[in-house]
Amino acid sequence: MLRTTLAVLTLVIASGAAAPRAQQRGDAQAQVDFGIEVARRGLWNEAIFRWERAIDIDPTYAEAWNNLAIAFEQRGRLDEAREAYETALDLAPNNLAIEQNYDLFLEVNDRVSQSSR
Amino acid sequence: MTVSAKALASLGCVGLIAGCTSFYDVAIETPLTPKLDISRFQRVLIAGFVSGGSEDVDANLETARLLRSQLRRNSDLQVVDADVLPLIEIAAEQGGGPERRADTIPDEREPAEESGEAEPIEADDSMSEEDLESYETIFANIGFWRDLGEEYQDPLILTGTIYFSPHARSGMVTSQREVYDSLGRRRTVPIRTYRDRRGFVLSPKFIFIDGSTGTTLYTERHREEILYDASQNTPALSSYFELMDRLLPSVLGAFSTQSVRGTRTLLR
Repeated sequence: MLRTTLAVLTLVIASGAAAPRAQQRGDAQAQVDFGIEVARRGLWNEAIFRWERAIDIDPTYAEAWNNLAIAFEQRGRLDEAREAYETALDLAPNNLAIEQNYDLFLEVNDRVSQSSR
Repeated sequence: MTVSAKALASLGCVGLIAGCTSFYDVAIETPLTPKLDISRFQRVLIAGFVSGGSEDVDANLETARLLRSQLRRNSDLQVVDADVLPLIEIAAEQGGGPERRADTIPDEREPAEESGEAEPIEADDSMSEEDLESYETIFANIGFWRDLGEEYQDPLILTGTIYFSPHARSGMVTSQREVYDSLGRRRTVPIRTYRDRRGFVLSPKFIFIDGSTGTTLYTERHREEILYDASQNTPALSSYFELMDRLLPSVLGAFSTQSVRGTRTLLR
């Protein structure tokens, strides 16, 4: 009985601490979703604004960093794209989609640096 | 585990998978900024190139023609329609070219400098890339380029060296072969085989010169090669165009904003 009570108490405390974080992620995800919608319509500046807000709310949101990196690529801001991809990969090192995006980005970046040599 | 717990776990898994698979492919177009500020030029003169290597392709003439047609389509600059200069001959007249000292040439050849005149040298198979480089002194001749620029109302001048030569390479090559297992399922396996391959190497150096001052503004160098199976007989000219196709975007990138198209995955 005591064990059950302790378990329930731990759960309540844990959920109490997790709630603001979940709320944070929920808010950030709303920004990410909106960013995706506008990016798919070609409104990349608005998308950048949304994904930057998502990152302000939750700096550990790897997917938001990934999307921001893509938007920077689209705008030709390659140094910022690299930083954003690398942050995304630091946060989610096993995310294959981010890894693939990053590899494709590196190809473009290599071409740019090769041609400007 | 009770039935309801199992159901909940399954639902959780489905939710997790759905959450993980929230991705959207988008097409992007990355702009590459021009490498050169050409805003002060109204015209571009493709003067000609110091070329060497294969006798099958007149790399000087072909490169000048190709770049002129590409620039007419892809640039706002007016392309000057002038005769393509035989730049290797001009460079030789100006004293460029491989040094021909008596102690470095084979006995059967006479030193060209003994007569005091530089002999015009035809681009041929015996000319190496190093030989071609020795003509590059012409690009430092500011007076020559300034005079040329003056003749055509101070254009941006595009010139350089083009080395296009046959090339052979033998070695192990990995290819994929289809195999079927006992159940009839198809799969591919890598096969390494020894092959003789022949092809061409294209090594151009593009030099952009300010026609009003004769000074070099920008230089870019490339090296591309293409290899075919030794049994294949691919004409030199088509190989030349194939190799030029690979590096044209970069050359044109000096004149105007180019972009690279691709697809990326947005994630939720």
